Amino acid sequence: MPAVSVAHIVKRYGKTVALDGVSFEVEKGELFGIIGPDGAGKTTLFRIIATLILADSGTATVDGFDVVRDYKELRKRIGYMPGRFSLYQDLTVEENLSFFAAVFGTTIEENYRLVEGIYKFLEPFRKRRAGKLSGGMKQKLALCCALIHKPDILYLDEPTTGVDPVSRKEFWEMLGKLQQEGITIVVSTPYMDEANLCDRIALIKGGRFLEIDTPQNIRESFSVPLWAVRSDRMHRLLDDVRAFPGVDNCYAFGETHHFTSDAAFDAAKLCDYLHGLGHGDVALCPASATIEDCYMLLARQ
Amino acid sequence: MEKEIVIHADRLTKQFGNFTAVDRISFDVARGEVFGFLGANGAGKTTAMRMLCGLSRPTSGTGTVAGYDIARQHEKIKRNIGYMSQKFSLYEDLKVWENIRLYAGIYGMKDAEIARKTDELLERLDFTRERNTMVKALPLGWKQKLAFSVSIFHDPAIVFLDEPTGGVDPYTRRQFWEMIYEAADRGITVFVTTHYMDEAEYCDRVSIMVDGRIDALDTPRSLKAQFGVHSMEEVFQALARKAERTE
Repeated sequence: MPAVSVAHIVKRYGKTVALDGVSFEVEKGELFGIIGPDGAGKTTLFRIIATLILADSGTATVDGFDVVRDYKELRKRIGYMPGRFSLYQDLTVEENLSFFAAVFGTTIEENYRLVEGIYKFLEPFRKRRAGKLSGGMKQKLALCCALIHKPDILYLDEPTTGVDPVSRKEFWEMLGKLQQEGITIVVSTPYMDEANLCDRIALIKGGRFLEIDTPQNIRESFSVPLWAVRSDRMHRLLDDVRAFPGVDNCYAFGETHHFTSDAAFDAAKLCDYLHGLGHGDVALCPASATIEDCYMLLARQ
Repeated sequence: MEKEIVIHADRLTKQFGNFTAVDRISFDVARGEVFGFLGANGAGKTTAMRMLCGLSRPTSGTGTVAGYDIARQHEKIKRNIGYMSQKFSLYEDLKVWENIRLYAGIYGMKDAEIARKTDELLERLDFTRERNTMVKALPLGWKQKLAFSVSIFHDPAIVFLDEPTGGVDPYTRRQFWEMIYEAADRGITVFVTTHYMDEAEYCDRVSIMVDGRIDALDTPRSLKAQFGVHSMEEVFQALARKAERTE
């Protein structure tokens, strides 16, 4: 039995279609990522599988329980960390944690082992009001509160948005440890590089899943030739490469530009052409697709 | 030709009680430069940026922005800069043209000029049809592009962008950077913070703050050579890991 099973979920807000027929399954113990920009439908999906709002149509079961009929039973088994900080700002760190434990009929002591690795960062501030914590500390407290009743499944809605690269890396290390405890994790992120840290991912755009697979399979199934190019005039290079025959889509990609090409493309001719236009230090080579390249290609199709 | 300096900071410091948020930072930014201002959460970026925008008075040290002293001429500075962040950009329940009108008015532009430039802008963005659309009805990526255009509508010397691309889809994020380049080509200096390390590569120069100090400042290429690594991500990880203060 899968941990999460979602079939043909549709959700509309007035004329806006937030989710347009989404289906997927998450296996027990899996770390499943939902990857896509703001406004793609990630939060709506979480709210439905967290039993907080109703879909217009479609079904979802979590741990074998229906999200509509069995919502009371289900809520005991789910830990949910929403995108917006939603703890009690004027309760202290410790009060927030014991409140969430009490709501679920447990105590901090009973499940302390599970949150210990994260809570130790918060221990020095346990008498501080949650509203006075820094962003990173709030995030850690919210994670502890979502875990304190020892859920089978953890939902994390954009836990790393606006967080710097070092703290993001630490956060993902924490998720890895929770997964080893046997917790199934569904996590959303707008950062494409984080996709590689998931067992499987869904790429979401405009309320639809573009693809569901392992990050590796998605990268390997990139269906057109991809190139990396650089020169000493990177800004002009974008326009110049775009104007060259056989170049399909050219975009900045860190220290190089990436572009896709079709059958008419001739690499040697591009180099000559760029030299002729006054570009120096031209370097052109085939590139391996990252998840971000895949997302952009799939989003265009 | 000597480069014209539009941002100058000399041992700029901000203390809150006995906590030193910004610790004697010194740097210059030239006209038309795209300057990346990086650092971990809590490293002091926001405090430093607030001082440069004339919103917070330095405890010690000096600085000029667009030729004005940040401690004494902050009202002049505010007139000569643009500002945009993901958190604060446009008014959701005003129409597209009303947002432009409001900001342009705040910066003291004349009605005729506002009308002419509004038409031009909407045309350039291919937005003419959306003139009367409420901003809250626009997709996020469009909002961000419009917000950026509004922040440079009064042709400021410098625009400060605080994580302008957070949460935006990969395609729109790149279109946004092309708009940044166009602004820089027009001579507008761009001062930008980001958590996307590929965007650090798009800057002419990058500074990285650690514990209130600027620990590295150079072109992306030189920084990578200096640290013997292949990406800005690795430069950032190497520097920010040294941080002693937690946010």
